[in-house]
Amino acid sequence: MREITYRQAINEALAEEMERDPRVFIMGEDVAIYGGAYGVTRGLYERFGEERVRDTAISEAAIVGAGLGAAITGMRPIVEIMYVDFMGLCMDQLSNQVAKIRYMFGGKTKVPLVVRTEGGAGRTLGAHHSQNLEAWFIHIPGLKVVMPSTPYDAKGLLKSSIREDNPIVFIEHKMLYNTKGLVPGEEYTLPLGVADIKREGEDVTVIAYSRMLLFALEAAQELAKEGISLEVVDPRTLLPLDIETIVGSIRKTNRVIIVEEDCKTGGTGAEIGMQIVENAFDYLDAPVVRLAGADVPMPKSPVLEELAIPSKDRIVTAVKEMLAGGSSL
Amino acid sequence: MAEVKVSCDEARHLLKQMMQIRQFEDKIMDLLAQDIVQGGSHLYAGEEAVAVGAISAIRPDDYIASTHRGHGHCIAKGGRLPELMAEILGKATGVCKGKGGSLHLADVATGNLGANGIVGGGMGIATGAGLSIKMRKSDQVVLCFFGDGALNLGIFHECLNMAAVWKLPVVYICENNHYGMSVSVKRACAVGDLTKRALAYDMPAESVDGMDVLAVKEAVSKWVGQAREGNGPSFLVCHTYRYYGHSRSDPRVYRTREEEEEWRARDPIKTFSIRCVQEGILSQEEVEALDREVASEIEEAVKFAVESPWPEPEELYEDVYA
Ligand SMILES: Cc1ncc(C[n+]2csc(CCOP(=O)(O)OP(=O)(O)O)c2C)c(N)n1
Ligand SMILES: [Mg+2]
Repeated sequence: MREITYRQAINEALAEEMERDPRVFIMGEDVAIYGGAYGVTRGLYERFGEERVRDTAISEAAIVGAGLGAAITGMRPIVEIMYVDFMGLCMDQLSNQVAKIRYMFGGKTKVPLVVRTEGGAGRTLGAHHSQNLEAWFIHIPGLKVVMPSTPYDAKGLLKSSIREDNPIVFIEHKMLYNTKGLVPGEEYTLPLGVADIKREGEDVTVIAYSRMLLFALEAAQELAKEGISLEVVDPRTLLPLDIETIVGSIRKTNRVIIVEEDCKTGGTGAEIGMQIVENAFDYLDAPVVRLAGADVPMPKSPVLEELAIPSKDRIVTAVKEMLAGGSSL
Repeated sequence: MAEVKVSCDEARHLLKQMMQIRQFEDKIMDLLAQDIVQGGSHLYAGEEAVAVGAISAIRPDDYIASTHRGHGHCIAKGGRLPELMAEILGKATGVCKGKGGSLHLADVATGNLGANGIVGGGMGIATGAGLSIKMRKSDQVVLCFFGDGALNLGIFHECLNMAAVWKLPVVYICENNHYGMSVSVKRACAVGDLTKRALAYDMPAESVDGMDVLAVKEAVSKWVGQAREGNGPSFLVCHTYRYYGHSRSDPRVYRTREEEEEWRARDPIKTFSIRCVQEGILSQEEVEALDREVASEIEEAVKFAVESPWPEPEELYEDVYA
């Protein structure tokens, strides 16, 4: 296996799927000549040409709406919304059109559309370029929501997403693009809706996705030195959620902490936590704990931004408090 | 170019503001390289004549709505350099307490309705401010700045139509720097002559040289006068150029170095200084003294910003609700 970045892994998935299927094409703002705001589509315009790698005007609603129109008439578009923060501009298209059309038409159409976007804090860009809005999308039946944390997952899940006949919101994280991981040179795909146990352990289950998964693994490493063993579960797909794997882990550890970067209130952790209560209440020895983003617009200041999202240290503290039977957070 | 019909004081004011913006932006470029400014910043260098010319045509109690490239508008509307610089660093003394940063820069006290991280994000705000002015029976006006990139968003059309139907006192000012990030306006817009966009809303429109501070001022003065008299909105396209890349990491592969040089040859600060000196409005010494004065103001602003404290942790939860 080779070590490549998350950015390269996504780029490879795009290139391979475009090579494999001529119906696959990319459109979005600055995806062609520029190669994407975070460089993810670099080289694809040169390789596949302007027909299949299309720069658009700044027209988010048209990008997603036209993606849908192309998807239901024989193409397999991958559209890019530069920052998840801009999804508001195409939310009607996504929610009222993309997600519902198949159902409204009695199942007589398919929507092979991938909306790739990017989110998260970490670059001190302030309230319009740092959000975590996955909870918006998991509230819309008809969509699937994928948030990979590693290069391996990103590549395998994106390839599956492109082959899916359902609309996918695929959310990358700006702070992960330069992270590296092992990725096979050979072709592979990963199934949507299947969680991955990123580290096995006994004492507490930590559920984390996207960038927070990295923080959870760091916390696990640190706590291991003190003899505390975390099992780290990465759902990878938030909708559909692999609750079986999560319940399986909780049956073993009897304790669970959910780590999410999005705002706590009405966030993804609320949904995961409630599904745990519905499916694993009898196995729990302690209340479910959420470590989440603060319920505030993301502040610009680097010192405030850091406080607004969970950290390795907060995970370590929460685990210790939980094991000590102490107060929740 | 028309004869320079300005007083010595006014010429000095226009030139000084343009120099402040240029030096402010050049300094931020330095600070970005040193990681003193973190994140990113969209710089206004090259486009100074638009903000300065336009805002010099309105009163302090008038409003502006700005963009993601908003430092220039903020300075021209009277924002204080130290507090602006502190905001861009994310310091507690910043004009938005370090919560907004470059993308949300706004000295609200000066009638600035804010920079905006969303392209076109200021257009609704400007239109609503125009509505408020009308409902309050005030004679204020709004200048709504936006880039050529915003022309292709739904909000642009929705706002121009609403303002035209209700005859709102808003001057819509398109800063056509010919690119929205890497996409040239030719590839993004079906019409070549952008003023045609106003035809659909039966709104008067005009194109102006955005590298000429007096030309901008003259055009904006005319449309502001119309708006104040209750004759409704107008659409002004200012042709200009951003000198730096879209943001720090932009290698500018979508445009040529020759094109950049052509625009730099028409630099708004250089050309206006030369005209002022040639026509005896300012002496060369005065121009140079102004440049030095601005340089020391910028140094002071940076010193203030760097030495300012970070926000206290409690600030995180302040200001979410009134
Ligand atoms: C709705 C929205 N889409 C995309 C972006 C990303 N973005 C920021 S600035 C920009 C280009 C804007 O071009 P233009 O309006 O011409 O302004 P300029 O940067 O040239 O001053 C883009 C695509 C954004 N901030 N908001
Ligand atoms: Mg532009």
